[in-house]
Amino acid sequence: MKKLNLTQLGNFSKSLTATVYHAQPRFTEEIIEIFDFARENGLKIAPRGAGRSYNDAALKGGGIVLDLSLLRCVQAWDSETGILRAQPGLTLESLWQFILSDGWWPPVVSGTMKTTLGGCLGMNVHGKNNFKMGTIGEHILEFDAVLPNGKKVTCSPKKNKNLFYGMISGMGMLGIFTSVTMQMKRVYSGLVHVKEWNVPNLESQLGALFRESPENDYIVGWLDGMARGTSLGRGQMHAANYLVEGEDADPDDTTRVAFQTLPDKFFGVVPKSKLHYLMGLGLNNLGVWGVNTAKYIVGRDKSYQQPHAAFHFLLDYVPDWEKSYGKYGLIQYQSFLPKETALDAWTEMLTISQKRKLPTYLGVTKRHRPDNFLISHALDGFSLAFDFKITKNNRAKLSQMVQDFDKIVLEAGGRFYFAKNSETSAETARAFLGAETVEKFRTLKKRCDPENLLYSDLYERVFAENV
Amino acid sequence: MTKSEQKLATATPLSPKKHAILVGASSGIGAALAHRLADEGYQIALLARREEMLSTLTDEINTKYGETRAIYYIHDVTDYDAVSELLPKIITDLGGLDTFIFNAGVAHMVGLKKYDFEKDRQTVEVNLLGALAWLNPVAERFQELKSGQIVGVSSVAGERGRVGNPAYNTSKAALSTHLEALRNRLDKLGVNVLTVKPGFVQTDMVKDAKKLFWVISPEQAAKDIYEAMQKRKQEIYTPARWRLVMFVVRNIPSFIFRKLTF
Repeated sequence: MKKLNLTQLGNFSKSLTATVYHAQPRFTEEIIEIFDFARENGLKIAPRGAGRSYNDAALKGGGIVLDLSLLRCVQAWDSETGILRAQPGLTLESLWQFILSDGWWPPVVSGTMKTTLGGCLGMNVHGKNNFKMGTIGEHILEFDAVLPNGKKVTCSPKKNKNLFYGMISGMGMLGIFTSVTMQMKRVYSGLVHVKEWNVPNLESQLGALFRESPENDYIVGWLDGMARGTSLGRGQMHAANYLVEGEDADPDDTTRVAFQTLPDKFFGVVPKSKLHYLMGLGLNNLGVWGVNTAKYIVGRDKSYQQPHAAFHFLLDYVPDWEKSYGKYGLIQYQSFLPKETALDAWTEMLTISQKRKLPTYLGVTKRHRPDNFLISHALDGFSLAFDFKITKNNRAKLSQMVQDFDKIVLEAGGRFYFAKNSETSAETARAFLGAETVEKFRTLKKRCDPENLLYSDLYERVFAENV
Repeated sequence: MTKSEQKLATATPLSPKKHAILVGASSGIGAALAHRLADEGYQIALLARREEMLSTLTDEINTKYGETRAIYYIHDVTDYDAVSELLPKIITDLGGLDTFIFNAGVAHMVGLKKYDFEKDRQTVEVNLLGALAWLNPVAERFQELKSGQIVGVSSVAGERGRVGNPAYNTSKAALSTHLEALRNRLDKLGVNVLTVKPGFVQTDMVKDAKKLFWVISPEQAAKDIYEAMQKRKQEIYTPARWRLVMFVVRNIPSFIFRKLTF
């Protein structure tokens, strides 16, 4: 095995860096060598896809980061059935570019296309269609994995069922995916119909998600975290639908990769690779208030057609947007609440954030449904994700606030998502997952990884042994 | 090699951690610096020979904050071969390494007209070779990382060869020179190398010494060192007035210096 270099790796939101040994296998066999190396040297391993988690999921300070981004081949593709088999390091970007011209699209995608299949499975990601299509795991037909105990396994919803439902959502802590077989969704155009409208407060925002979700393929809300009083939680909804067969006069054209590519200039002038510098200037309380207010005021009912990539991958629209949050980065705080308790809990949380002068610079709402995976964040309700800028002096205040939020969410029967929140404690994790789930996961862990070789900083934080 | 069993908390964006190794931690400047770094939120690995003192210090720190901020390892710096195994182990236990501090040192009194090779050898083995055994692999890692901070506690005693303690002067002169050389290698990569030159500090090392002046507490020295670390300085004297004194002392011509009795 090649010598492992010490390096500094960070998370997506630029809020954390760790000193790690960087391992980048090119063949499945090399993963086993890395397990052996870790065992011999008393090192722990955190698997990493594209490193797009907002927290410590793909980091192990002082340990090995097993970077799977070079294992990225498409191994099989059937354009008749839409079944694809690929290695875990394949990004969603490469994936949709591979299949779209054949009239297929991934049934579930994250808000950025830079994520990898392995990472998406490890976190069991969802998209703006969670209420309809569930999480990505629901579209996995089968996967192969190599476990730290040396075994190679194949899992499907029928074969090695427990491991299937545990490894998908298992934060990479049970084994390493080596091959993933996934069912894609048939599309008849490279475009989607998009509708956009304003909602005057949180109640109408959640009402819109609830009412409109059965009627649409996708729905997502933008929430203005600065608006107060009767306008608290106001925002803008975006809903989208696939075009039906025959609706697009020239699907061969719209499903070309070039048609989907995001423009590289903003307003045709500012190169988008530089835009984050400009945005950085406005990312303070006053600037965000101005932008949010303007966005709300000019917002009106609109409908238009948009390429898939432009609708789905909003996070990629401004390259490196996360850098605009400055030197200390940002945290994302996402909570999932039952539809019955969401309004009260988020009203309280938004009010607290404004009172403490720590308003969220971006709020995003979605509609969800429960799933069968072992570590599940979803439920029959909604999610609201907040972005908070970290500054030199606000860490203690922010930390206190997210702890207070955790209490509100737990009391309201809510859940959390391990790809997003960075401060969730082991006690909180156990409270929302339930002791039974935690024990089930630990039992699987003992079977697959008796020596705890796979042990990311996230796992150490939320599954600490003494809780 | 013994190690305390406590586990350090992992870093999060809202409670980021800095990781430091402090060699020569059990008393004096080392112990004061350990307290100071823990105050500043560092997670520190404390190394020294004397387990009892080290474990008391570790407990004091961890009790004070109600969480594990310090872990310790028993280590004799003349056990050079142990470093290759110990350093990666500590980096793993700490969860990273941002700062390395070498503070181990001995000063044997040999008497004005005495020559004692055994004592001299020990002085060089601890103060110089002990330092090199750590500084080299640490420098290699920081070079790879293109970040990090090395702090070497040398002494004003390294600036001239004096009648009182030739081997101590030699060991500290060599340590200062080695630190300077590391600085010249690493500074351009973004690695800071700080040479600390204390004057007289109220520690075990000077308890039998006479004719001391400007004696400062270990806490004062630790404060000066920490502030210099923050500012990423290259070299400090503690207290600062020694800089001027040593400028004069360094420039006293040999024909005069030979006649002096200190």
